[in-house]
Formats: sequence, structure tokens, C-alpha cells
Amino acid sequence: MNQIFHPSANVIAKASIVGVVLLLGVLGTGLIFFVRSGWLTGTSVAEAQPVPFSHLHHVRQLGIDCRYCHTSVEEAAFANIPPTETCMTCHSQIWTEAPLLEPVRASWRDEESIEWERVHDLSDFVYFNHSIHVNKGIGCETCHGRVDNMALIAKENTLQMEWCLECHRNPAKYIRPVDEVLTMGYAETLPEDHDQLVEGHALVEEYGIEVGRLDNCSICHR
Amino acid sequence: MQVGQTDKTSVVEFPVVEPGHTYRSIGEKISNVVLNIHTPLGWVFAFGTGSILLMMYLISVAYLFAYGVGVWGINIPVGWGFAIVTFVWWIGIGHAGTLISAILFLLRQDWRTSINRFAEAMTLFAVVCAGLYPILHLGRPWLFYWLLPYPNTFGLWPQFRSALAWDVFAVSTYGTISAVFWFTGLIPDLAGMRDRAKHPMLKFIFGGLAMGWRGSARHWNNHQKLYLLLAAIATPLVVSVHTVVSFDFAIGQLPGWHTTVFPPYFVAGAVFSGFAMVVTLLIPIRKIYHLEDMITLRHFDVMGKVILTTGLIVAYGYITEAFIGWYGGSQYELFLIKNRFVGPYAPYVFGLIFCNLVAPQLLWFKPLRTNLTVMFILSLVINTGMWLERFMIVIISLTADFLPSSWALFVATPWDWSLLIGSIGLFLVLLFLFVRTLPMISVFEMQELLHKQEHGH
Repeated sequence: MNQIFHPSANVIAKASIVGVVLLLGVLGTGLIFFVRSGWLTGTSVAEAQPVPFSHLHHVRQLGIDCRYCHTSVEEAAFANIPPTETCMTCHSQIWTEAPLLEPVRASWRDEESIEWERVHDLSDFVYFNHSIHVNKGIGCETCHGRVDNMALIAKENTLQMEWCLECHRNPAKYIRPVDEVLTMGYAETLPEDHDQLVEGHALVEEYGIEVGRLDNCSICHR
Repeated sequence: MQVGQTDKTSVVEFPVVEPGHTYRSIGEKISNVVLNIHTPLGWVFAFGTGSILLMMYLISVAYLFAYGVGVWGINIPVGWGFAIVTFVWWIGIGHAGTLISAILFLLRQDWRTSINRFAEAMTLFAVVCAGLYPILHLGRPWLFYWLLPYPNTFGLWPQFRSALAWDVFAVSTYGTISAVFWFTGLIPDLAGMRDRAKHPMLKFIFGGLAMGWRGSARHWNNHQKLYLLLAAIATPLVVSVHTVVSFDFAIGQLPGWHTTVFPPYFVAGAVFSGFAMVVTLLIPIRKIYHLEDMITLRHFDVMGKVILTTGLIVAYGYITEAFIGWYGGSQYELFLIKNRFVGPYAPYVFGLIFCNLVAPQLLWFKPLRTNLTVMFILSLVINTGMWLERFMIVIISLTADFLPSSWALFVATPWDWSLLIGSIGLFLVLLFLFVRTLPMISVFEMQELLHKQEHGH
């Protein structure tokens, strides 16, 4: 019978040797970036909230302490999302007529919680505790980013396991003195000759952090 | 050498190809198996049986996926159970194909020609059956790709110090090379099928698969070089794959696992069971398709010898294991040997001794090697024995290790058995589909062989 392949098939066959490798390389690389992208992990995406609460305004412009709302961050696993009462400590006195704050007042009136959209949602099989991180010198901004610059809150990091391990394998790269934990823009306050690794190792030593155990499976998967 | 004659340097009594064949008759006979519209009843029976068992396999897998590995008899301490026993068994069976196609090719053994294509296909399907088992054994089988090293978002690599990670590479390399080798050998025959086929659809399919083969001298030259290269690449796989599989056990600390004799003894066992499987399958297929003139008694005689030899190596492995257990004087090893012979699984162990040590001794006798009834039954006995051997290694060592407080028996559930028997169905279905759709004997190599027989070069 006639050949079903045209002579041009030879060229295609030869090109496919390089082409297949190239295609797989491009697809593979694309996939590697895709699974870490904001599109999939939700980083830098400000979800719509019932009230457009601005950390930028409250933290940077007004200078309210993180712990004024996130009350349990130093003692408990959960940092706490403030109840309406916390908002009303100020907003019963100021901006009492502001239309933006109507959902807050409604919540206060009807005694029904505001349903915030959760931004940092770890998988249920991960054990995470805020207090241990805060008390051992991991700053708020290390994980949550410059919250004081966020008009609307968004996730700064992917919260993927490799991201956790990046610090758990060598916390000296990120650790800071405990009294600087709440500082936003910590790096800018440092002197020019500051060596993070030198100070980091000293702090790891001082706080009694056993780095060798930090990447055990059961540290996070209990 | 003239057909049917005996030369002085060989003990050949039966020819590899019966006299009276021409190039054309060989090509027609083999391709007619595929191109003939009539399907022999024997094929329908074998394929039907395979399909029923495959159904059972699929049901078992579906049930397993729905309810998890708890449907099997596995628990702590016996976490490996039938899945690993049968994985090792299937992988072992595959080894005959690679040995026949690669090593015997390099050694220029003319008798391999009529069975290599078939044995390679058998290898491929055995690897499929084997490869599925560890995946089914995973708690979440859909995440099987976690076994591979790739830049994942966990920031983790597989544990490269674990033999289980080596297994992934050994088995996937084995599967890939076997498939490429098999397909390369098929190309000239696929072109032959393309030219013989009448139906335009068949012509198109075979033509596509033949990838434009025209049989020019240049084609043949390239093909021969590639085939030789692939044979050389596949040769180390004959020993490496089952060596790595044996490391799953040998690098562990358990009595009955932690022994250096494992790699050679596993490889010999693999070839032993693989050849037995070739015999099991070839006897009925040769009958169904009347291939007695191409798969002759010579083949069974030679395969019997290979089975006997590897069987003796396996026997040596058993004896060494027992001897070192005693000679080493470790109380745990001594207990293991005792536990094998008088423990709860003693019937399995005695069954294994009968199947693998006693029964193959029949193969010392040529009349028995060329008696197909004996060979068929013996091949089934041997493969049962090899399954029992893996059962003994995996299960008995796990049930009773160093601490009596952690001992527990393993009892297989019906789902264990249905998956095991079902996997044979998967194997049969794939194999008989191959027999029906592709030339199961290498036409061009048979014609080459005929040429050599007639012209001596």
C-alpha cells in the first residue's frame, strides 16, 4: 500500500526529539510556577469582607497595637478575631453615622457576629500555634507581611509546607528579638552593619530553639 | 547446519523450526493469527476467563478505593501483606522476558527467536500487574506521584536512603526499557502486517505503528544497531531490578530479611518463576494456534534446563539462609528458622519446599522436560511455590520480630484473595489481546533464523 507518512514526517520526527523535551520542560516549569501562583494559593488577593476594614488606617495611621484586637496571640494557638464589642469601643463614639460601618452597628444591635472571610486558613491536618512563634521571636510581619500597608487584608505568603519549612529548617534567617515581634518594617530599623545570621543564631541559642527537631513530621502533623 | 540434522558441537535433537517452512509460509502463518477473522475457541475461552477475573479485580479495586486498605488483612505488625507479596511475585515473573530478549540475544541463542516477542510482552504485562500493587497499597493511591522526586510545594524529596524509593526508579526504568525494546522489535513486523492487511483501517493502524518502515538496507542497518544497543541497556536490568526489590527486605533489620544472599537469590528466583510462566502460557497458545512447528520441544527442553538451574540456585539460597541463621547463632535468627518450620505458617513453608525444591528435580530427565503435560503442571507448581516463597519472606518475618509483645498473625481477607486472583485476570486479558492483535512471534527474526539454518550465515 501507499505509505501513510509523507516525506515531511521525517522532519517532524526529528523535530519531535527536541520538541517533546522542550514541551515537557515548558509544561513542567509552568506547572511548578502555577501551583505556587496567587491564582491557586490566593496570595495578594484581598477577599471582599462584610466591612472594608483597613489595617493601614488602624495600624499605621492610628497606631493601635496588634494585640488590642488579636488578644490571644501571646497565649493561645489562635490569635483571635475581635468581636463586635471591640470595634464598638471606639465606634460607639466616633464615626457613629458612617454608612461604611452600618454592618458593625447592625451586628451590635442584633447581637449577631460579623461573618469575616477567613484569609489565613491552614489545612486541618496542620497544628499551628501563634503563641510559640510570637514568644520565640517570629515577628507578625514575617508571616503576615506589612499588614500596616494593607488597606484591605490579603495573604502575603502561600502557607505551603515548603514555605513553613524554609524557616523551620533555619529559623536564624528570620528570628528577631522578642520585643521587636510587633514591629512593622523591622529590617528598616536595623543598623547597616547588622548581620541577620549572626544575631539569628545567637537568638536561636538564647531562646532555646532546638532547630534539629523543628522539621520533624510531628512538630506540625500531630 | 541443515534443518533436522544434528551437528557435532551441539546436543540439539529437536530443531528450533520444523522443516518445510519458507520465508513466506512463516510470515503468513504468524500474521494470520492476527489477520484471520476467525478467533479460535481456545482464545475465546482464555480471554473470557481473563475478563471474568479482571472484573473481579476491578470490583476489588473499587471496593479498596472506597473503603481503604483496611479491607485487607494488613495491620501492625504485618503492614505489607499480599500487596507486597504479589508485587514481588509479578516483578519476578517479568524477568524471563528480559533475560530471553536481551541476554540470550547477546549470547546468540537461536532458540530465543520464536519466544522472545511473546516473553517480552509477558514481561510488560507482568510489570503492569506488579506496578499497580504498590500503588493500590498506598492509603491515598491518587497521590502516587508523591513517590517521584519533583519540586513539590511540601519542600520535601523522597527518602533516597529508602529502598522503597529505589524501587520506584528500578520498576519504572524496567517498564520503560521493556516497552521500548518490545516496540523496536515489533516495527519491521508491523510493516509486514501493514502490507498483508486487506482492510484499509487495519492498514492505517499498522502503517501508523510501523512509522514508515520500508525495509531499506539503511532501515535494517539502523534497526539492528538500535536493537543491539537496547539489548545491552536491558541486560543490566535483568539483575538490577530484582536486586533492588530484594533490598526492600535486605536493608531492613528483621530476621529473615537482613541477609546478603538476597540479591542473587531473588534474581535467580525471578528467572525461575518467569520461565515457568512462559511455559505455562506457551503450552496452551501453541496448541490453540498450531504453532508446534515454531515453538518446538527443543524450546521446552531448554527452558526446562533454565528452570532447573535457577531452581538449584534458589535452593542454594534457602540452604544458605538456614545455615547462616544457625551458624550466626543469633537467637532471633534461630527463632525465625524454627518459626518457619513449626510456626503457624508451617504449611506454607512445606508447600514452598515441595514446589520449589522437590518438584523441579523432575527436570533432570529429558523425557519429562519434553513431556508437555508434566511441564505444564510443573510450571504451575513452581509459580505457586514462588508466591509461597514471597509469602514466607514478607509475612512470617513481620508476624514475629524481636519483641513478643508486638507479635500478631496475618490473616488474609477475601479482598486480599480476590485482588490476587483478579490480577491474574488483568494479566491474561492484556496477554490475549496482544496475541490477537500483534504478531506474537517475531516474523523477521524467524526468517533470519531460517536463512541461517539453510545457508549457515
